[in-house]
Amino acid sequence: MRIALILLFLLALASVPGSIFPQRGTSPLRVNEFLKDNPTSGPILDRLYMFDVFASPWFASIYLLLFISLMGCVLPRAVEHYKEMRGLPPAAPRNLSRLPVHSEWNSTTSASQAILETEAAWRKRGWRVRTGDDWISAEKGYSRETGNLLFHLSLLVLLIAVGVGGIAGFRGNVIVREGSGFANNVTQYDTFTSGRGYSADKLPPVSFQLENFVSSFQRGGQQNGAPREFYADLLVKDDPSAAPREFRVEVNYPLRTAGITVYLVGHGYAPEFTVRDATGNLLWQDAAVFLPQDGGFTSSGVVKIPDTVPQLGLQGYFLPTVSADFSNGPISEFPAADDPGVYISAWQGDLGLDSGMPQSVYRLDTKNMKRIGIEELAPGETWTLPNGGVTVEFTGYRQWATFAITRDPAKGWALGAAIASIVGLSLSLLIPRRRAWLRVTPAAGGGNLFEVAGLSKTEAPGLADEISQLAELVNTQEEKP
Amino acid sequence: MTVNETLAQASNAMVYGAITAFTSSMVAFSISLAKGRRLETLEESAERTNSSYQVRRGSTETLIKPAVSTSVSVNGDRGDGRRAGNIGMALTWLGTIMLGMALAFRGLSVGRWPLGNMYEFSLAAGFAISLTYCVMSLSRDLRWLGLFITIPVLLDLGSAITVLYAESAQLVPALNSYWLLIHVAAATLCIGAFTVGAALSGLYLVVQAAEDRIAAGLAPGKSAAIAQRVPPADRIDLMAYRIHAFMFPIWTFAVIAGAIWAEAAWGRYWGWDPKETWAFITWVFYAAYLHARATAGWRGRKAAYIALAGYSAIIFNYFIVNIYVQGLHSYSGL
Repeated sequence: MRIALILLFLLALASVPGSIFPQRGTSPLRVNEFLKDNPTSGPILDRLYMFDVFASPWFASIYLLLFISLMGCVLPRAVEHYKEMRGLPPAAPRNLSRLPVHSEWNSTTSASQAILETEAAWRKRGWRVRTGDDWISAEKGYSRETGNLLFHLSLLVLLIAVGVGGIAGFRGNVIVREGSGFANNVTQYDTFTSGRGYSADKLPPVSFQLENFVSSFQRGGQQNGAPREFYADLLVKDDPSAAPREFRVEVNYPLRTAGITVYLVGHGYAPEFTVRDATGNLLWQDAAVFLPQDGGFTSSGVVKIPDTVPQLGLQGYFLPTVSADFSNGPISEFPAADDPGVYISAWQGDLGLDSGMPQSVYRLDTKNMKRIGIEELAPGETWTLPNGGVTVEFTGYRQWATFAITRDPAKGWALGAAIASIVGLSLSLLIPRRRAWLRVTPAAGGGNLFEVAGLSKTEAPGLADEISQLAELVNTQEEKP
Repeated sequence: MTVNETLAQASNAMVYGAITAFTSSMVAFSISLAKGRRLETLEESAERTNSSYQVRRGSTETLIKPAVSTSVSVNGDRGDGRRAGNIGMALTWLGTIMLGMALAFRGLSVGRWPLGNMYEFSLAAGFAISLTYCVMSLSRDLRWLGLFITIPVLLDLGSAITVLYAESAQLVPALNSYWLLIHVAAATLCIGAFTVGAALSGLYLVVQAAEDRIAAGLAPGKSAAIAQRVPPADRIDLMAYRIHAFMFPIWTFAVIAGAIWAEAAWGRYWGWDPKETWAFITWVFYAAYLHARATAGWRGRKAAYIALAGYSAIIFNYFIVNIYVQGLHSYSGL
């Protein structure tokens, strides 16, 4: 137990850095930021797994040791408990008057009759009873230890379920624009991580179309601009041959199908541009996903147009509600698209797409490019670039939603173990284990001396009351004291 | 859904009313405590626990004398300070009811459960502390504990109206779930009851220190001023244990309910979000406390320190993680 105590402290202590330093598992971007801001201490901390605390070998070794110590404690106790459950309580001690709860009285009732009747009465009350010639030994509250064992065992099952879920599951994120679709294929994901035991070609062939996305925000008051509601209306095909069905995904209400779960985790705006050359030929037409930067959904993004010579790039901001003055730069006043506008700069040169290096679709590599102009556009406005007649029309915007798609086959086991742990815990903390005895001895002046006594192994209230109730059940002829 | 301003203001008025009631009851309990004396003297307690210590030694399975030693009673029963204690008790009930009404009005003003930001959590936590105390006082005389309950309640409410205040408003979508009620209500209830537990454990340490000094033949020391006005150390320790043992399964449930909600809202049931991490640390500390209570050499004082460490983790989670640490649980409304 002392070792378990020390390991529990270590576990608590080891968790602390996980909440102080950004963790790769939850916020990889903030980890990169931290490493950039702390060039000396960052790599040292990284080597100590400070950014992967809960996946680190030292964290794992603490909880594995804890579980080994737990098994070392629980297994022998389980065997012991099994024997106790099958056996009978130990014989009554000789001297009952030494016990913490004790009462005695004289009666002429015979020992054998009293023992017989009392045994039945105590048994009826749920006590496990053993009798001798002139004594009864009774015990109650075995479910305390059963609960204790159940609790520790369910912790072990929970740990295994967490491990299995990580190995046999996956988690991916994908951005889908209104009017666009998603088919459950690993190439369609923006990010995708799977456990060692899950191969990506086993992804169930679910697909869906984002028909409509709705968001609304608090207007006015202290929490102005706080999100109030958002949901995504999907047209889902559970498998390629199934008929499409409508489904609304909301925060807290994911889509569950074919062993995967689809969550709505984020949203934003995608401004639509139409870019034509001087003769009116279409160069590019689409809605570009811009990423929100602040609470007002000031969103930044780029458009890359490789099919012109020289190549063109647009970079800038989409503002759902254009602010009255630009003294602080282009900042959106409100997250809803009340008065949308874009604030973009045009670049000309080499986009660097042919270098073979993977490139972010949200950033323009302007190393070999030259800025040729900057403009602010409202929906429907067209900007003629100063490079010979290329026109950029800002035609409007669409919304987009980020979906997290996960599979965790051991989730049910984890839930079952969690529920079992609460049941076990409640039994082991709330039910007292206690013993009670009756002994009948011939009294010096004739008749018999009746003694009832009780003992609780744990700090539970009410033992005295319970024992005196048991004493009441001993049916003797004279008044009890 | 709009906000009903009349009800929102009625709620604020009730909070101020509750603060007035708790402040008055704090004064009353102070008077009661100052006048009270416990029936078993410090010397008697020291002697009694020292003799039973011989029995305890050398075994992890300890025999506890059940509640038959009725000679131990609390202050107030002898008349001194009794009236002030009764006034304090009545005012505490009044404050608790007003706080309950403040929460109800707040909820009605926005048509949802009033558990959506830190101001509301704090009102609910204050309510949970005082309600735990009131309910416990129904079956035993707890006037001696009143001062140590009204102080944390007032600190909690004071911080609520000054730094944490948020206007009545609708919820962010992630909080729109019936798990909000289950998870947050269970967690808040635990915070309330663990506050009472922490007050008892802290008080136990003070009283035990005084009893130990007397057992060692020293002068009672400063702690005796409090120690001789409250029940013996072993009684307080037992009360602290019972409340912690009773609340630990509920805390476990609160954490699991949170995990179920997280599964529905964020796509995983456990992700080591800072708030989750500190809930886990709290859980580990209280688990260690319960183990310590059953381990020879760790009962008593060491166990009490572990309970206080668990409570510090709760406070850290509430004030530091909620406000300063970036995570998914950023609902403070600040």
